[in-house]
Amino acid sequence: MSEAKAPGIIRFSGVTKEYPRTGTALAGVSLEIAKGEFVFLTGPSGSGKSTLLKMIYLEERPSHGDVKVSGVLASSARGGDVATLRRKLGIVFQDFRLLEDRTAEQNVSFALEVIGTPRTAIGPKVARALAQVGLASKAASLPRELSGGEQQRVAIARALVNDPFVLIADEPTGNLDERATRGIFQLLREINGAGTAVVMATHDLELIRRSGLRTIELNRGQMVFDSAAEARPAEDNA
Amino acid sequence: MRLAFREAMMGFQRAPLLSALSIITIGFSLFAFGLFGLVALNIRNAVQQVEERVEIRAFLTDGTPVEAAAAAVGDVSGFPEVLKAEFVSKEQALVLAKRELKEFREEFDASVLPASIDVRLKDGYRDPRTVAAVAARLRAYPFVDEVRYGDDWVEKVYRLRNIATVAGIALGLAFAAVSVIIIGATIRMTVLSRAREIAIMRMVGATDSFVRSPFLIEGFTKGILGGLMALFLTWAAHQIISSQLIETQFFDPKLSMLGVAAGALIGALGSALSVGRHLRDV
Ligand SMILES: Nc1ncnc2c1ncn2[C@@H]1O[C@H](COP(=O)(O)OP(=O)(O)O)[C@@H](O)[C@H]1O
Ligand SMILES: [Mg+2]
Repeated sequence: MSEAKAPGIIRFSGVTKEYPRTGTALAGVSLEIAKGEFVFLTGPSGSGKSTLLKMIYLEERPSHGDVKVSGVLASSARGGDVATLRRKLGIVFQDFRLLEDRTAEQNVSFALEVIGTPRTAIGPKVARALAQVGLASKAASLPRELSGGEQQRVAIARALVNDPFVLIADEPTGNLDERATRGIFQLLREINGAGTAVVMATHDLELIRRSGLRTIELNRGQMVFDSAAEARPAEDNA
Repeated sequence: MRLAFREAMMGFQRAPLLSALSIITIGFSLFAFGLFGLVALNIRNAVQQVEERVEIRAFLTDGTPVEAAAAAVGDVSGFPEVLKAEFVSKEQALVLAKRELKEFREEFDASVLPASIDVRLKDGYRDPRTVAAVAARLRAYPFVDEVRYGDDWVEKVYRLRNIATVAGIALGLAFAAVSVIIIGATIRMTVLSRAREIAIMRMVGATDSFVRSPFLIEGFTKGILGGLMALFLTWAAHQIISSQLIETQFFDPKLSMLGVAAGALIGALGSALSVGRHLRDV
């Protein structure tokens, strides 16, 4: 933490999460993610990746330890703080989570409508987000008229439309074929290149290996590997 | 707000049957209040009219000297409860009876009706207990044969009004509880059918109150519709009773508005009670 790198926008300090029935999902996880960083989160199924991501957008709270995201502490955040924080986060999932009865454009604008963005500001923002993900020409398509990769792009456009400081992606390519996976990953790299931090959970070790980006590995809720710490072992005990 | 309103309207479309049922139960709840309220209102009016007319009539034994009767009238006039005391001779009684009971005009003759002292009480002293007390004092005069007054029927009317009030409140509350339950069920359905939408709203940072507001608006609107329905039903009942049975009085506009507002309150309350609980499951 005394490093001369960009200040952490996400910090986990000794975070443990116990679920009532299933027990410990995360055990003593400490990590820091800097502004504009790209981080892979990997590990076997059930190792706690989704739980860790949920902590970032305050869907779950730590049982022990604390999480700080953009100045908001999980231990003291109230409903209003959560809503405010989420407006500055983008979240995408494996299953896209689009509204089936709305067009791509309407799906993206929905995210702005429900947080009270002025009507006149919505149109241009939505157009820009759709262009950014390469779907300007499919604005009027319904989700079922789009391929899996395209649906994920709509979801990413929705996540980006409010200019988040971090994009949280929980296995965003889990439902996609090889080609679409590469396309989505490329898009996430571009988004990261424009300054948005990206935290992406994935099983795709091939993708990780080729990218050479920071990787955190979980196993049974324990952080068993962090390529950043590996490079700077001193930070391990910080 | 516009979005919330649109969502609320869509709630009706998603569950038309349950929505109609919510409105109808709110309507019946307030109809029960309204109907018994109407009964209570009209009984109160009737009682007031009767009270204004309450008279105690002390019949005098035949042959009571006029001087004795006059002295008694003077006495009684001095009672603090008494507005006016008046001597009515046998002849006057006959004239009065003939005027009031035209059909039986031929049946009366001067020997039938006794002379009496008629007493009217002051406003505020016309309740059953005071009436009975004054009657007892009149009865104490040796030449007073019999005292008649409203008897205990005034008391009976009072009791009837209380029963009507209690029954109306109980029935109204029962319907209100049922409507709150049905509104809860409707909201549960709507929440489930909109689970994905609600989850997305939260994911992108919509506030809790924003997520809730369509449900509250929906409940509020149903309440107003139920209130209007109740107002119409009560008014229709009033019309029927007035034309078929007895002339009755309806609520004044302010009270009618209050009834509709009560509907809105039941609707919004029903929604508020269940929306938080159901939203937690999404
Ligand atoms: N809401 C929940 N309630 C109870 N247990 C849960 C819940 N979510 C996850 N778990 C448990 O926590 C562990 C980690 O789950 P998860 O974070 O989803 O792992 P991953 O995303 O790596 O597959 C698993 O054992 C899972 O069963
Ligand atoms: Mg997962």
